Amino acid sequence: MDTEFIATAIKSNFPQAIIDSNTFRNELTLTIKKEFIVQVARFLKEDKELHFNFLSDLCGVDRVEADGIFEVVYHLYSIDKNHRVRLKVPIPSNELSIPTVTDIWRTANWHERETYDMFGITFTGHPDLRKILTPEDFEGYPLRKDYPIDGRQPPALYGTYRKGKE
Amino acid sequence: MESSATTTHLMTINMGPQHPSTHGVLRLLLELDGEMIIKATPHIGFLHRGVEKLAEYRTYHQCIPLTDRLDYVAPFSNNLAYALTVEKLLGIDIPERAQHIRVLLCELTRIASHLLWLATHALDIGAMTVFFYCFREREAIYDIFEMVSGARLHLSYIRIGGVAKELPGGFLEKTRKFVAEFPARLKEYETLLTDNPIWKKRTVGVGIISAEDAIDYGLSGPSLRGSGVNWDIRKADPYSCYDKYHFAVPLGENGDVYDRYRVRIEEMRQSNSIVHQAINILPKGDIIASIPNVTLPPKEDVETKMEAMIHHFKLIIQGIRPPKGEVYASIEAPKGELGFYIISDGSSNPYRLKIRPPSFVNLEALPKMVEGRLLPDVVATIGSLDIVLGEIDR
Repeated sequence: MDTEFIATAIKSNFPQAIIDSNTFRNELTLTIKKEFIVQVARFLKEDKELHFNFLSDLCGVDRVEADGIFEVVYHLYSIDKNHRVRLKVPIPSNELSIPTVTDIWRTANWHERETYDMFGITFTGHPDLRKILTPEDFEGYPLRKDYPIDGRQPPALYGTYRKGKE
Repeated sequence: MESSATTTHLMTINMGPQHPSTHGVLRLLLELDGEMIIKATPHIGFLHRGVEKLAEYRTYHQCIPLTDRLDYVAPFSNNLAYALTVEKLLGIDIPERAQHIRVLLCELTRIASHLLWLATHALDIGAMTVFFYCFREREAIYDIFEMVSGARLHLSYIRIGGVAKELPGGFLEKTRKFVAEFPARLKEYETLLTDNPIWKKRTVGVGIISAEDAIDYGLSGPSLRGSGVNWDIRKADPYSCYDKYHFAVPLGENGDVYDRYRVRIEEMRQSNSIVHQAINILPKGDIIASIPNVTLPPKEDVETKMEAMIHHFKLIIQGIRPPKGEVYASIEAPKGELGFYIISDGSSNPYRLKIRPPSFVNLEALPKMVEGRLLPDVVATIGSLDIVLGEIDR
């Protein structure tokens, strides 16, 4: 798969949006500035040559300890052109929000809800940003690195997790 | 009381989480106008076990049993997707024999998974006989799995770099027997359903999704191909020697429940043919790559040789240390695109492991398919999406 032209296409159209680009194991990763994510995403989907019509996956990554940031990672695929690209958007840990891409790929809806649920990252403009996997009274964001792997949730959830036991 | 035919009175009902046709613990909040669905809201997460979190505290080998418990009716596909991702991260090559064994078992898994789908889907719509027939064949496949791995459900048979052990004696005969019988069985199911007027009334034109919408909603696997989109990862980006096999990718036209049914039935036929080819191709050779700091030594050596035991011990205790980097790999699982995204920081545990479960994404499109339709169509549509809550909730 030729990933070179994908990188060139984005670089020439959005020179100021790209922070970094690298290829590892033949996978192209582009790091994009937060302000540009919607523009870049729309371009990637609508451009005739690139045509990334399929959002495979969207998730969050906690890099607070090392870099003080969270990342939102998009895995894009083009069904008719058969190529992939990964977009990464760093967001500072003190301002956890990023524009939604639900207008571009509707499948982003649940992925963004999950990322919100697991990391506490809010997606501005999302039509229905609610928790998705954890119960309503759940406290904390389980996939953050500072969330312990064992421990107990607040008493409100005893009924949900351990019926009848203190 | 006045006639309610002219007044709009919406009723909200809960379907699930203990409803037999929600295939697990799915709760649907339905707003109904009479029997018509105005709004459907799926609520998920009842089976959330934090698999992605747990993986961050395990070595790369220890994650394999976790993957079994995602889509628990197709554990082999999960193992494979995970192993392929780690192997991509490590940049290692897998012996050819191991690759063909993987294909063989993967396709048997696809048949088993589709059989469970057909059995429960038909049962939901009221065709009970099919259920018994499908479970009979599924049982035969599970016997084969038990021969191979010792387990029926959670196989954990794949290892990073290959598979756990050599195929047992009698395996090929048993599989050959199954492959020879299965096409006739498929015909039996089809006699019961394909032209059955009741079946058609319940499925044709129900739960329609157009090709553009299907892509927009991220559908994959048979649910996407039912709408006529030709995308199968086994063809588009062949992994594990799939390029050496001949098979067709069945497509639907209308994107309704009936077309998804037709696609899966044909897929079983194709998978059966792939299994048949795999038995004939199966080359001799190693079943696991020999890379000292990655793959486990053969079990016999561990039991008889000191060095092999130390090697095994060190690998199990310390784990693999892949290079820093991140990879995404996906396979065509029975339900659709099953992807793993692994970030490695160079230590023995994944820094982040993200699973892209096909059922999670496929379920998202359910409201689109059922809104404006009747209540019984919900049952048919859920069945046709073939969801497994184990991988939705993780």
